[in-house]
Amino acid sequence: MNTTYEETCGLPEIKSNLSRRRLVQKIGITILVLSLIISVFLLFIIILFVAIRGAGVLSWEFISAMPRKAMTQGGILPAILGTFYLSLGAVVFALPLGILAAIYLNEYAADNILLRVIRMGINNLAGVPSIVFGLFGLAVFVKFFGFGVSILSGSLTLAIMILPVIISTTLESLRALPDSFREASYGIGASKWQTIKGIILPTALPGILTGTILGIGRAAGETAPILFTAATFFSRKLPSSIMHQVQALPYHIYALMTEGTHLKAQVPIAYGTALVLLMLVLGLDLIAIVIRIRSRKKKLW
Amino acid sequence: MRLKRNTKEFIIKSILLFCALSSLVFLGGIIIVLFTQGVPIFGQIGFAKFLFGTGWYPTHEFPEFGILSMIYGSFIITFGALIFAAPLGILTALYIAELAPFWLKETLKPIIELLAGIPSVVYGLFGALLVAPFVQRLFGLPVGLTAFSAAIVLGIMILPTVTSIVEDALSSIPNEYREASLAIGATKWETMTRITLPAAASGISTALILSIGRAIGETMAILMVAGGSPRIDFSLFKPVRAMTSTIAAEMAETVMGSIHYHALFGVAIVLFIMTLAFNLIAERISYRFHKRFTATR
Repeated sequence: MNTTYEETCGLPEIKSNLSRRRLVQKIGITILVLSLIISVFLLFIIILFVAIRGAGVLSWEFISAMPRKAMTQGGILPAILGTFYLSLGAVVFALPLGILAAIYLNEYAADNILLRVIRMGINNLAGVPSIVFGLFGLAVFVKFFGFGVSILSGSLTLAIMILPVIISTTLESLRALPDSFREASYGIGASKWQTIKGIILPTALPGILTGTILGIGRAAGETAPILFTAATFFSRKLPSSIMHQVQALPYHIYALMTEGTHLKAQVPIAYGTALVLLMLVLGLDLIAIVIRIRSRKKKLW
Repeated sequence: MRLKRNTKEFIIKSILLFCALSSLVFLGGIIIVLFTQGVPIFGQIGFAKFLFGTGWYPTHEFPEFGILSMIYGSFIITFGALIFAAPLGILTALYIAELAPFWLKETLKPIIELLAGIPSVVYGLFGALLVAPFVQRLFGLPVGLTAFSAAIVLGIMILPTVTSIVEDALSSIPNEYREASLAIGATKWETMTRITLPAAASGISTALILSIGRAIGETMAILMVAGGSPRIDFSLFKPVRAMTSTIAAEMAETVMGSIHYHALFGVAIVLFIMTLAFNLIAERISYRFHKRFTATR
């Protein structure tokens, strides 16, 4: 009967068990840290790859001149301008529609079957493959309405694609506003629309801006929707009407890799174009993120 | 005065409702366009022959339109990508949600969001000029543009999406779960793997299903990296062709109203139904997930 209290309770066993459990934890956490490092590495290698190979091509001439010698020299000005027009056009169409839709969903709609159906429609529109938007644009804008392969057709196609992005970011910022704002406005006799115009929209502006910029970034980077609706590999002149075809940065990268007569000599131009596109898209997204973080910090409610 | 104000409010409300319905209208429009342009092909060669035929020779004298090899191509690339991206994304998300100190978490989340915005054509360039030659040399293959290369590129591409949705799911698990587990003496690791992770299971499956939907619909990267031969070889190291890249590569050459034109819309119908199905399933699961955790709180 000389067993100690510790032995009867099995404390040594618990202790050795605990050290084993701690070891498992250590191994597990090491694996997690390793995965994080691998993930970050994989994602940065793409940016690094494009930056290193593209940096040598980048120059003032590259972004400000027309292409020369069958796309093997010169600049990519037409592609930069084309992407600018297409994304601008997409936002002009999608922004009013998206903001008004979000206002309805958050301020007016009752929680009923209609709201759920509309939400489902938005979610599923966001999940439609980009090439399907391209086909839709081809059949409807290019052929049915007869806009042809043009900036107009491309912008409209991209607008439908970025609509869910704009609706959902606007919706998010409207939802974040406390009801006391609305109640205070009604309390002094404002109508619903006056409240929205005077109180809700100005306060939600940073969120709406974030959505808009994200939408522009998305539109600028997409290739598949403009393949048959707007893009051309080579245009002799800069576009002067919305009914013209345009060169665009993402399509230019693809075309330099697959079309043309001097594929080898085109590759450096493709790297340079990719770097310009990457800086443009990541720059826009960065601005959007900074606006969101700053407006969150400033928030007083 | 009062009446005027009410009429104005009513008109505004109607305009807003009209805008809100626009997404539904566009989605409906897409469905109508796909079906009116695509259904003729089913009539001309038969639905089963279209879906299960293995030969795709659209420009032959006696053309064949069987898309089974493309369905195979889309799926092998997608699942290859998922096998690679899912574990990595889940583990990374687990670290960010459960272990990372506040400052690291607040830095990593926007960075991952930012990386999700890299255009797919840039991934295509990266795949065609870096990954494919590397894969070719590593395995001594005749060509580097294979299903394997495409799966790797696509895997890297969906990694930010998988990570951020899984992270959201893990973060939405109430802290009481973790505290209860730690209080009865479980280690941090045990809490993560046996409590948080299982509790977030449906959120994680939503993330994976959404990623499958996105991967099947991805066009440019696959078009530039997968090689594009419409055959079923049952090997990761052979070129394959996906549904999306077939449409992208061939649509420009077709004549409107030709059988080839309708066949490509037929491919789009199959593609659209698949992505829609994955989205609806994901939505269903995520709806239940959020309902459960808003109820426990």
